[in-house]
Amino acid sequence: MPGITREEVAHLARLARLELKAEELEHFAGQLDDIIGAVARVSEVADQDVPPTSHPLPLTNVMRADEVRPSLTPAQALSGAPAQEQQRFKVPQILGED
Amino acid sequence: MTDSNTDGGTTIKTDIIRLTAAAIAAKVASGELTAVEVTEAHLARIEAVDEKVHAFLHVDREGALAQARAVDARRAAGEELGPLAGVPLALKDIFTTEGVPTTVGSKILEGWIPPYDATVTKRLKDAGVVILGKTNMDEFAMGSSTENSAYGPTGNPWDLTRVPGGSGGGSSAALAAYEAPLAIGTDTGGSIRQPAALTGTVGVKPTYGGVSRYGMVAFSSSLDQGGPCARTVLDAALLHEVIAGHDPMDSTSIDAPVPSVVEAARNGSVAGMRVGVVNQFSGEGYQAGVVQRFEEAVELLTKLGATVVELDCPSFDLALSAYYLIAPSECSSNLARFDAMRYGLRVGDDGTRSAEDVTALTREAGFGDEVKRRVILGTYALSSGYYDAYYGSAQKVRTLITRDFEKAFEQVDVIVSPTTPTTAFPIGERADDPMAMYLADLCTIPTNMAGNAAMSLPCGLAPEDGLPVGLQIIAPAMKDDRLYKVGAAVEAAFVERWGHPLLEEAPSL
Repeated sequence: MPGITREEVAHLARLARLELKAEELEHFAGQLDDIIGAVARVSEVADQDVPPTSHPLPLTNVMRADEVRPSLTPAQALSGAPAQEQQRFKVPQILGED
Repeated sequence: MTDSNTDGGTTIKTDIIRLTAAAIAAKVASGELTAVEVTEAHLARIEAVDEKVHAFLHVDREGALAQARAVDARRAAGEELGPLAGVPLALKDIFTTEGVPTTVGSKILEGWIPPYDATVTKRLKDAGVVILGKTNMDEFAMGSSTENSAYGPTGNPWDLTRVPGGSGGGSSAALAAYEAPLAIGTDTGGSIRQPAALTGTVGVKPTYGGVSRYGMVAFSSSLDQGGPCARTVLDAALLHEVIAGHDPMDSTSIDAPVPSVVEAARNGSVAGMRVGVVNQFSGEGYQAGVVQRFEEAVELLTKLGATVVELDCPSFDLALSAYYLIAPSECSSNLARFDAMRYGLRVGDDGTRSAEDVTALTREAGFGDEVKRRVILGTYALSSGYYDAYYGSAQKVRTLITRDFEKAFEQVDVIVSPTTPTTAFPIGERADDPMAMYLADLCTIPTNMAGNAAMSLPCGLAPEDGLPVGLQIIAPAMKDDRLYKVGAAVEAAFVERWGHPLLEEAPSL
């Protein structure tokens, strides 16, 4: 199994939306390498004809009647927002300027 | 405690905090104590010792007293109270509480005040249980020592320089320090049972789906399970029945009757039962004193009339590895909701940065090391090219573990093991070695993978360090009552042998 490089950790951090510091990249690369090395044993069963279990319960879609019910008020829903404006969540720009 | 006095047989306040939940409820129901007196005694205890223990992140003094006054008013009005009305409780800070801060032990939710109650919170309030406050935990329930809390570690009341276990270290420490007679924890890989073992208390992971996850901040949704923590098996059972049962707000909640766990706890017995001992729960890494106490517990079970059966569950050897792929994978997905847009911390929003950059800066500032490590590990395990080798294989291991349990439960009624391979370790000892830390959950993880039920209860002190050892009892899914039946029998026999509950041997704080 290939080792996890600093560059790979940087790429994963970008995918996971984590702006890691340089020293964190170094630190995590070493630790993740150890962890992956230790847990890679699961691949011993990879070629076995065993169905995967994603969940201990058989999951079924749970539906409810489509009726109007009381819910959080706009003020309650916005109560934890870092920024709000005109009863809406205010977010930083999503599209670039150009 | 300063306000104790004996006055011809009336209850002194220092005694209130040592009562079981069942005893408190009976005294409140009979009028011998008021819920306000009980709550005040526990608030005073928290004030006296929590600076040292740090079991609580937030004490809701006014809220607790208001709930207690409401219970007293209901009693005064002649209303019949529920079996835990007026009993104080410490709630893990992973459950939302309307109007009361909820942080999950993380900086990213510092100061967040939820606009709604979790189902567990709501059921506790409806039952007249008095919520004293929110307890310390490893950030997002990731950890085995409560050292990963962004608000500092909790001390083990048996030895404040040692960990109380994790992630629910605050809940278990609150019990062991007599700050609350009841607590709630959550168990993803052992976070109820492992701290119970390390603090000499009782903790139960109910069958997956047995207690609603609505309003419980998600870490690894297919493994997370809330459950009761207490100082006695009966108290845990009483709490179990208050919080368990179907919840239409949670699509993974089991729509079936809750097993009669209180009845089982009142009728403890192992006579005629077959008890399994799994070969894979032994070997290297197990502390000698832990093994010794476990073997004595097995002898005790035989003496009480159980038949011990040796079992082989070969896939358990892969459980820890599979867990450390599945839990991080699910956490990397669940924690995507912490994006700095709708709630929680926001960092770097200076008008020039994009939403994506603000999210990344916020998560860097708001998450601690263990959370970052697992988010990255999960992102790796789920990434294209590695998915089959890691996540896919881990899910196959999960099937094999479930089959091992199924085969085992064809031969035995319950399985027993040590809850943890070692007793409480010193704060800081494993902090920089994630793999060493992960070993703390070796015996508890298979149960989370398969979704069945398990309990930890005290089985003595390790001779080499005088610290508590936990006995784990595992039952098939939906047979939670067996845990209580066996647990109550073991507890009664041990208390008789010791002459008192184990916790009475803990040093005074």
